[in-house]
Amino acid sequence: MQEELFTSGRNIPNIDPSLQIWHWPISLYLFLGGLAAGILFFAALFYLMGKEKQYPALKKAAVIPPIALSVGLLALVYDLTHPLFTWQLYTTFRIESPMSWGAWVLLITTPLSFLWLFSFYRSTFPKWESKLKLFKKFKFLEKFEKFLITNRTYMAYALIPLSIILGVYTGILLSAFNARPLWNNAILGPLFLTSGLSTGAAAIILLSRNREERHLFSKIDLGLIIVEIALIIHMIMGYYAGSQVQLEAMDLLVGGEFTLMFFGFVILLGLLVPAILEVIELLGFKVPVAVPAALVIIGGLLFRFIMVEAGQLTRYLY
Amino acid sequence: MRYAMVIDTLKCVGCSDCVVACQTENNVPHGYCRDWVTEAVSGSYPNLELELRSERCNHCANPPCVRCCPTGASHVIEGGIVLVTADQCIGCGACIESCPYDARYQHPDGYVDKCTFCHHRLEKGQLPACVSVCPTKCMYFGDLDDPNSEISQLLKNRKYKTLSPEAGTDPHVFYLI
Repeated sequence: MQEELFTSGRNIPNIDPSLQIWHWPISLYLFLGGLAAGILFFAALFYLMGKEKQYPALKKAAVIPPIALSVGLLALVYDLTHPLFTWQLYTTFRIESPMSWGAWVLLITTPLSFLWLFSFYRSTFPKWESKLKLFKKFKFLEKFEKFLITNRTYMAYALIPLSIILGVYTGILLSAFNARPLWNNAILGPLFLTSGLSTGAAAIILLSRNREERHLFSKIDLGLIIVEIALIIHMIMGYYAGSQVQLEAMDLLVGGEFTLMFFGFVILLGLLVPAILEVIELLGFKVPVAVPAALVIIGGLLFRFIMVEAGQLTRYLY
Repeated sequence: MRYAMVIDTLKCVGCSDCVVACQTENNVPHGYCRDWVTEAVSGSYPNLELELRSERCNHCANPPCVRCCPTGASHVIEGGIVLVTADQCIGCGACIESCPYDARYQHPDGYVDKCTFCHHRLEKGQLPACVSVCPTKCMYFGDLDDPNSEISQLLKNRKYKTLSPEAGTDPHVFYLI
């Protein structure tokens, strides 16, 4: 017997729209958090490997995380309905709430990213310093800079786990909600981390003027794209093996209203095309590396928008 | 002590009196509600069945909203009632996203709000507003831990269900079917 089921939903008008409560600032924040995590991870890793002189764009790229994290945090606070109460996040630590530990990780990582940038400021941006003359105006900066430079190794040791947690957290934040079938899968954490690392590598490529460096980060980015595609396939297979609500959630991405955005912009233009261009480049043909790098960044941004938007359309009841 | 609500779907006529009573009692802002009536038609023509359900926060024993709240504003008090402290809520919306029953809404004043089982009325020994006004008396309220309470007896003698049990939240609103 074929069952017919029809549920009218709530009998009161104008209720359901108020349930879609996460808007573009959250997607933007998740993207910026991942980007910052990616750059910080590579910067700290290559510093610890003693290769920071070989790859100058890494130091230049250190400008991005403090800006990205600050803008991301502002976006996050902007999306709160009680922004003046944000401090309440820091009067407690709730181990079960991903949002709580995300808030604490950000509280540590954001100032650390500023300090990291500052420790490279004079050597990487001598032109800025000659214009701003900060060190002449504020005498204590010299001492502070010396202190930071001697402690760079410790900062790098701290930044590696922090950036990984930050990157994973952007995904775990969503996957912790079992009421939203599209988000509720464990792959989202590693997937967002990989995507964040990939956009971070792409940003470094964009800033690099050194052929060898661009080559290396193209290779890294290519590897990350392959992992990301594998994780996305894994995610889709997971939905297909899931319950009815997950199958319905999957329909949004495969054959639903987000199909063009997901397969056209994220998978094709954001992952496959840049991967092919990077392979062509690595084979020795001339490809402007800025193109795949920019595509990866735009793809990463769109991916967050799609996941946040589509996830909120999925639910358990009717 | 575990407060629970039992709703007889065979007696509910879908008048939405419970909704209006709640909005009046709890000063719910215009356009929002803490409880609502769902109509669900199932079966295959011509054998169709209509079920009317008055739905609200399920005051789950395993509440995902409390787990994911970053500030501790969502919490469980004695009797298993899930409450939101408005002064601690930053309006991040994590609890709204985590609720499989979509029982929460963002109050225009910035905090998240939802059914409290009329906690303020229970303290005075009164029933929740929705239960007390129901014209068909299809709603029952009481202590699940007391085997002699009306609701325990109903759940013992009648067939019942909970909503989305697969979400694993152990809800405390039961529907007699």
